[in-house]
Amino acid sequence: MSIEARDIVKTFGTFEALRKVSLTVPTGTLVGLLGPSGSGKTTLLRIIAGLDTADAGTVHFEGQDATEVHARHRRVGFVFQHYALFRHMTVFENVAFGLRVKPRAERPSRDEIRDRVHSLLKLVQLDIHGDRYPSQLSGGQRQRVALARALAVQPKVLLLDEPFGALDAKVRKELRRWLRHLHDDIRVTSVFVTHDVEEALEVSDFVAVMNNGEIQQFGAPADVCRAPANAFVADFIGSEQRHEAPAA
Amino acid sequence: MSAPTHTLRPRHAPRRLSTTEPAVVRWALTATALLFLGLVLLVPLAAVFYEAFRKGLGPYWTALTSSDALSAIRLTLLTAAIAVVCNVVFGLAAAWAIAKFEFRGKQLLTTLVDLPFAVSPVVSGLIYVLMFGAQGWFGPWLQAHNIKIIFAVPGIVLATVFVTFPFVARELIPLMQAQGTDEEESATVLGASGWQMFWRVTLPNIKWGLLYGVILCNARAMGEFGAVSVVSGHIRGQTNTLPLHVEILYNEYNFAGAFAVASLLATLALVTLVAKNLVEWRAHRPARAAATPTPEIPHEH
Repeated sequence: MSIEARDIVKTFGTFEALRKVSLTVPTGTLVGLLGPSGSGKTTLLRIIAGLDTADAGTVHFEGQDATEVHARHRRVGFVFQHYALFRHMTVFENVAFGLRVKPRAERPSRDEIRDRVHSLLKLVQLDIHGDRYPSQLSGGQRQRVALARALAVQPKVLLLDEPFGALDAKVRKELRRWLRHLHDDIRVTSVFVTHDVEEALEVSDFVAVMNNGEIQQFGAPADVCRAPANAFVADFIGSEQRHEAPAA
Repeated sequence: MSAPTHTLRPRHAPRRLSTTEPAVVRWALTATALLFLGLVLLVPLAAVFYEAFRKGLGPYWTALTSSDALSAIRLTLLTAAIAVVCNVVFGLAAAWAIAKFEFRGKQLLTTLVDLPFAVSPVVSGLIYVLMFGAQGWFGPWLQAHNIKIIFAVPGIVLATVFVTFPFVARELIPLMQAQGTDEEESATVLGASGWQMFWRVTLPNIKWGLLYGVILCNARAMGEFGAVSVVSGHIRGQTNTLPLHVEILYNEYNFAGAFAVASLLATLALVTLVAKNLVEWRAHRPARAAATPTPEIPHEH
């Protein structure tokens, strides 16, 4: 399921968050939205999900206009920066949520829900009991639960907002490799937001480098590294890499 | 896990004189505080019960079971029930709007929620007399249609609802603001409808705050005197609430009766305090199973 955002404009008061941004995510790819904070990447992601409304522009899924479709019906999986797990529910209930709120006709039976949740927990390699609460989990475990929850409704596209932002460096590295492998397995069209150059270059099929509410360059990581489109991209990727290298 | 914590202070450090006062001063301050507490809070509370039971259990029971007292109890319970239900609905709606959305006039709405706290209860009552009384704006129309609001139960309910309006909303606004909208957005993206989101995500997250607000709202609704006094008309057996009944009995020099009824209100206050503390204690405990500490999974760290 491809994603196409066309000429998206979004302003908050006088601040122009997105200035006629267009982005095409080919079916089955993993695209990284990379840029410094305030560059509009999260806003773009939220507009694709339907959590924010664009002032102008359209969002198409597989060629179909979804601009007016409510977030509830877009069938996107969204992983929030701070996971946004339901704190009063167990891990099992968190993952089952999307299945339980389906209209009666589409809702799986109890047994099916149980099997689906367990296979999802296995898929995200979470070998803990489903009766734990989010507050009892480590950051990395929460991230996996959030991912399992998003995948439970079999989304057409998967959107991840700074998925590793709140984790420490080691877990971060581990988890992003794991995400890459998971994506190779399930092949759901995915977009993730990050400000970490190394992360974007390592994980993505394509990166979109953003600054000041515009996409500066879109391309495969190798191409962006080899031929930066402008001074900003060259500087952002270059300096970040130099900066990140010793820490890695 | 983290290394054992060391305190930097030497084990037998002498008491630091620079931050402490001489014993005399410390004792004097503590004694003053306790004396004040006793005089202002404990003695009056004890006095209520002492006076109530001074003539024995018989008169106490008679005072509470007289038909006027029973009707006052009924009216108070009815008023409180209506006020609590109304203000749970209003409070939830107002807190939801203020905490989760940005809109024009939000500041004004926030201020308006607090209005009943700022206005003297007497004025709160007078507003309704001005609007619905015989000489009020809608008075002639109401009379023509034979609807009684002032000096009748509807006026008492209106005044009580007004006075207790802020309790639920004020309890919920900071709580809902702190929780943000992430979980609601998650629920929406996962396909939940507005109602499903509210019942399954929002309400469970605010239930203790809501209960706390309900307890305070209820206590105030049962105890409200000023506003209700203005709109009630003090008709025994009809428009008398418990606080008004206490006043009537007292003015008739029926001290035993007055204190007997007052002891009911004092008991309500004590029950409220206990309930409030229970809720606070429960609300500040993290999620149910938090008794077992988080084991760190080694391979992840």
